Amino acid sequence: MNRVDTIHALETALAAERERTGAKPLKGTAELRTVRQILAKHGGKASQIIAILQDLQAVYHYLPEPELRFISLKLEVPLTRLYAIATFYKAFRLVPRGRHEISLCMGTACHVRGAMRVKDAIERELKIRVGGTTNDMRFSFETVRCLGCCGQAPVMTVDEELVSRLDHLTVGKALERYK
Amino acid sequence: MSCDGREVITLKLKKLRSFKSLDRFAKEILASRPADGIRVAVCTDTGCRACDSVKVYEAFNREIAKERLTNVEIKATGCHGFCEKGALVVIHPREILYTQVKPGDVPEIVAKTLKKGQLVERLLFLDPETGARIELEGEVPYYTRQMRLILGDNTRIDPTDIRDYVALDGYQALRRALERERPGEIIRTITRSGLRGRGGGGFPTGIKWETARKARGARRFVICNADEGDPGAFMDRSICEGNPHSVLEGMIIGAYAVGAHEGFIYVRNEYPLAVQALTTALAQARQCALLGDNILGSGFSFDISISRGGGAFVCGESTALMASLEGRPGEPRAKYIHTVEKGLWEQPTVLNNVETWANVPKILLGGLDWYTKIGTGDVRTNPWGGSKGTKIFSLVGKVRNTGLVEVPMGMTLREIIFDIGGGVGKGKKFKAVQTGGPSGGVLPESLLDLPVDFDALTEAGSMMGSGGMIIMDEDTCMVDVARYFIDFLKDESCGKCLPCREGLRALLEILNRITEGEGRKGDIRLLEEISEGIAATSLCALGGSAPNPVLTTIRYFRDEYMAHIRDKRCPAGVCKALLHYAVIPENCTGCHACFKACPVSCITGRAKEIHRIDAAKCITCGACYDACAFGAIAR
Repeated sequence: MNRVDTIHALETALAAERERTGAKPLKGTAELRTVRQILAKHGGKASQIIAILQDLQAVYHYLPEPELRFISLKLEVPLTRLYAIATFYKAFRLVPRGRHEISLCMGTACHVRGAMRVKDAIERELKIRVGGTTNDMRFSFETVRCLGCCGQAPVMTVDEELVSRLDHLTVGKALERYK
Repeated sequence: MSCDGREVITLKLKKLRSFKSLDRFAKEILASRPADGIRVAVCTDTGCRACDSVKVYEAFNREIAKERLTNVEIKATGCHGFCEKGALVVIHPREILYTQVKPGDVPEIVAKTLKKGQLVERLLFLDPETGARIELEGEVPYYTRQMRLILGDNTRIDPTDIRDYVALDGYQALRRALERERPGEIIRTITRSGLRGRGGGGFPTGIKWETARKARGARRFVICNADEGDPGAFMDRSICEGNPHSVLEGMIIGAYAVGAHEGFIYVRNEYPLAVQALTTALAQARQCALLGDNILGSGFSFDISISRGGGAFVCGESTALMASLEGRPGEPRAKYIHTVEKGLWEQPTVLNNVETWANVPKILLGGLDWYTKIGTGDVRTNPWGGSKGTKIFSLVGKVRNTGLVEVPMGMTLREIIFDIGGGVGKGKKFKAVQTGGPSGGVLPESLLDLPVDFDALTEAGSMMGSGGMIIMDEDTCMVDVARYFIDFLKDESCGKCLPCREGLRALLEILNRITEGEGRKGDIRLLEEISEGIAATSLCALGGSAPNPVLTTIRYFRDEYMAHIRDKRCPAGVCKALLHYAVIPENCTGCHACFKACPVSCITGRAKEIHRIDAAKCITCGACYDACAFGAIAR
């Protein structure tokens, strides 16, 4: 089989797989363009799997199942292995995220400067637990191990922005401007 | 790999096809700079960015454009080290240091300092001891006791411009190595220099290289470990962000010495700026033929690619890191056969830490005599015989001057914490210093005169580790610190071997119980027993060292454990379940601040009346305690 045939065969297999499981509607060729581009960028090499998943997550902020199934078929890597990688590494998510992602640093410096209390305050403020997403999809909240800004502890990032010298009394206010 | 959406800064650069062309390139760069040129270095490291330093940088650019100053160059640089006082600005050539600069201060700096050569007094560092303003960076007490071999160039280098590095003798060590030295000679130099792994292991770098060179394999690899997982340490991030070419130069020299043609940099996922700086540095080094085929016309070829980690602490371990590079979950393996013989894809592999790589060019340029004078011990015949060179520490936590400090090996903890760090501050009492990250331990005040080198700290039950130094004061609970580290390690345990996976879980259960006031007689003994088991039987070094935080806190702070277990009391006032908040009526002014701060409305009382806390509703969050300005809340 040449390359075009291979891809065609894989896509047919993908369609059949989707039909069988009936889980989610099949994405069309156009919708899979992003994941195709990512695969092409990494030369379709299975050894690049972590980088491929990182790029995928950079686009969607989580790893959507249809894309994972597509990657699995294309790279001939079992879906279980993708799942193993996606659950071993903390950076990967399998569920959609809120519009703003809060990552509160729980490094040692932040810990001794009161990050636990900031965590409690955010949980109270947003009425979600660490790892959760608010019902209105406004925030996802998680803790991370050391952002490397220990000089400004305690710190968090909201999306790409670093918010430093946090205080459990005022952190709620700091979140107000993220809509 | 990729840094999507992040730009790689490209410059017009020529391929350097011979050794001489590197010299010509350096001369051209220096000649292009005006003789009366002023260079303003604005720290735009991740830390200072939190203090709006990018806006400071932009403001400088706007102002000098407006004022049409042609002899001024504004540089966005990496970490200057004094993070406490960010955003930092250093003005060369005089090296005037301005601290806590806000974007609004910039017009005044431009009008006074850049145009007239006058100082802006209020932005100079204020010495808390003498009350005097200090003008120059080199005279600030925080810097005078340091020896900044690796970090020192950071204020002179824009990490996105290879020319800044070349102008400071950059790539000269590589040039000399390729031109004049055989691989064996380089390895001998590194071995005799006494350079030991800065990532925590302290293994002699030269011996590692020599073993890899002699090992049989079709291909060889060199890897830079930039998976700085220890919470509280950020020196590797700062080197990658501030002076990436020093790491690349070290790696190219190492590759030449061991005969490798492919290299990898494994960077933490949490460090987007470091990835960006390294990606740009690689692209520019390739453009100059300092990487790729036929480096500097020497016939030696070598290239490096970047891999981003996935947020797993265990991937700092060599075999786990290599598994991750191969696209697998990062689980360590037993090291009956070392990775220098069979590492990445079963080939001989040299893995060194960022700081170790950055030391290599310095040693080759500075020479053995110079380098071996710095540090402790004697390494002339035995590379294990001492600790040579400098070490960067991230001095953080409850200390007055937080930031990165680089000191010669052998300086005492007391000098670092009190002379450089300025002590604990806020009138609090020093309690302990934590070194070595989760694999290290906690050292009490009585050990402050220990010299900091690889061997002394290990003897005391801690370790140097990658260089995190977290200061704790009387408000830090040592049982909670042990619980914190074990909780961290339990999460990060890869789960492959049982002692680490289940042992840490057992330790955590006991520590949770103790901090929740359910501690039992015999718990301390049980913690020690489980710890011994984990240390003796775990598969990798992470498991082996995991009980250190528990063992050292028990060893040095047993009375705090006893207070929790026997008296159900947390002396530091941290463990929430053991705290009770109440209003001290004599001190209460009825200011209502606690009422407003309480998130669960368990405080009652009208303005100007004494307030009350309803203990049944109180969640012991401490908001009232921190909000009260009159010391009227008892804990």
